[in-house]
Amino acid sequence: MRESEGQNNRPAYRVGRLSFRYQHVRDGQLGKGNEWALSGLTFEVLSGEVLGVIGPNGSGKTSLLKLLARVLRPQEGEIHLFGSRIEPMSQDAIARLVALVPQETRQIFPFTIAETVMMGRFPHHRSKGRLLGIGLEGPEDIRLAMEAMEETDVRHLAHRSIDDVSGGERQRAIIARALAQQPKVLLLDEPTAFLDLNHQLDICAILTRLNKSSGLTVVLASHDLNLASQYCDRLLLLDKGEIFRLGTPEEIIRPEVLEAVYRCTVLVDRHPVSGLPRVTLPGRHRTQVLEA
Amino acid sequence: MRVRNWQRGSGKDAEGSADQVRIRPPVEESTGTALTEQPVLSARRWVLTMLALAGVSLLVMAASLRFGAEDIGFVDSARILFQALRGGDVRTDSLGSSSVILLQVRLPRVLLGFMVGGSLAGVGVGLQALLRNPLADPYVLGISSGAALGAAVAILFGIGTTGVAIHALPLCAFAGGLMAIVLVYRIAATYGRLPIHTLLLAGVILNAILSALIMFITSIMDPNRSFSVMFWLMGTLAAPDYPAMAVLLLYLVVGGSILLWQTPSLNLLTLGEESASSLGVEVETVKRTVFFTSALLTGAAVSMSGMIGFVIPHAVRMVVGADHRLLLPASALVGGTFLVAADTVARTVLAPAEIPVGIVTALGGGPLFIYLLVYRKSGLAV
Repeated sequence: MRESEGQNNRPAYRVGRLSFRYQHVRDGQLGKGNEWALSGLTFEVLSGEVLGVIGPNGSGKTSLLKLLARVLRPQEGEIHLFGSRIEPMSQDAIARLVALVPQETRQIFPFTIAETVMMGRFPHHRSKGRLLGIGLEGPEDIRLAMEAMEETDVRHLAHRSIDDVSGGERQRAIIARALAQQPKVLLLDEPTAFLDLNHQLDICAILTRLNKSSGLTVVLASHDLNLASQYCDRLLLLDKGEIFRLGTPEEIIRPEVLEAVYRCTVLVDRHPVSGLPRVTLPGRHRTQVLEA
Repeated sequence: MRVRNWQRGSGKDAEGSADQVRIRPPVEESTGTALTEQPVLSARRWVLTMLALAGVSLLVMAASLRFGAEDIGFVDSARILFQALRGGDVRTDSLGSSSVILLQVRLPRVLLGFMVGGSLAGVGVGLQALLRNPLADPYVLGISSGAALGAAVAILFGIGTTGVAIHALPLCAFAGGLMAIVLVYRIAATYGRLPIHTLLLAGVILNAILSALIMFITSIMDPNRSFSVMFWLMGTLAAPDYPAMAVLLLYLVVGGSILLWQTPSLNLLTLGEESASSLGVEVETVKRTVFFTSALLTGAAVSMSGMIGFVIPHAVRMVVGADHRLLLPASALVGGTFLVAADTVARTVLAPAEIPVGIVTALGGGPLFIYLLVYRKSGLAV
């Protein structure tokens, strides 16, 4: 992924002085203090890079991704997507460029996996003609959805209802839906949270491959610092809604940086294969050692 | 009816890929079948399902014309209808009295039942998707009550008896319904989330308030008028006239087209507003359009036939699947057919007396609703 830095002619995202707060927080839900979920964020997401957004709970990772997909709208600041402001863009124009994989997807109606993945084609056939006025998918849409399902290994679940597969299978289906969207930028919120090791690896491999082959820009928010360290070109470390530091994994995954933000002791060593920094929590023996 | 037959054809496929999680053949044999047996809605399945349902609707309507206090055979019914369509006057021949009953009483009633049932079921589907609640329905959420209140106010101030009634009543009912729909949504939507049970509770509370207001209005009307209002409120398809039905048809065609046109967006909205938005749905526009159209259709239906509630879409969803592009029109056909059938029961079971059709649908639909609430609770606990 690291070689891709050469193709940065134009940033995928340019974010300037972005501030956002949830409407209900103003009503005094969380009491006084810092009500802003995000404040004064200025950064760029380079085209073709994998940017990891990390930070403690409530540091604003999810809000940031939603703002980038314009699912939420900021109170202050601007977001430019490939050079144009996203504020006046139509929702389906954004959806043709950006796909968002949310942390969790709930569905109470018995849509099948295939039907769910096919929903990724919506922004595309929105812009074309609509058969019967109800936009049925064409063979091209079906082919792309099938490929996306192959990609994330849910093809065999195509006929299963999305509400009765496991959390990991659902997550893979949602990633397939995002791939069917054929985006230029993929935003993922905790993409591996529900996945077993095998499928974590799978998703990371898919992301790496798409990133390399078609220059897909990836922004992923994760609690998994090791995943972020291994697979991201740069990391954006958020603390209480502000950028604490933005840099390469080498610059971010350091004990003094992480301890300042997470407020706990961490051990950082090297990954035995990649040589990239690796984070470990101090084990139980540490306290024993200290007591002794 | 073709019921998603690709669902059954998937066994082999599933077993195959279970053993070979990582290694997949480069060219899957099943790709060929995937294109013919698409696990998504095809135009063919849409058309076949709709044709089958339309066929059933016609059969039920024919049966409904056949049954009643006066016995009119299928052959006679067909002959009368055929002659009427050709513009011939049938009142003079041997079928005179039958033709009056058929053309002036039963046919308008059947058509009205079909349109009202179709409207309410279609609205139900739209609301269910928008509110992500399989129990949503204009009756349960208090939208029918709102519409009824609007119509009752119109009647109280004497608009209901004037020449503009066929236009004024649906419009007043529409206004009432729109008010109710906005209220119930505002009450239930807390910070962008829409908990299922909060929504139902909001509907229950709104229903109670609106019912009290309606009862207040009927209590201050003069007794003759209040009796007919009470009967209308219980839900009845009796004594429609053709001009008023033409107005309803107009509402149904316009509103139905708008709803149908929104169905791809409704599919995405079932994932939640944020997901739908990230997939390119203009959520606020769709929401406003569907709320507005729902109030329009409910208003028109309620102003014609009072309060009728039933749980159609859930049953239809089990058969045709969750895709709203098919579910919505299919539910409309089934809803229309169901109401025609229920009305046939309502007017034959105690013939020559008749009971309000709203009672029949409530007695039939209520237990189904309870079943869904109690036994499918786990699926609803979102």
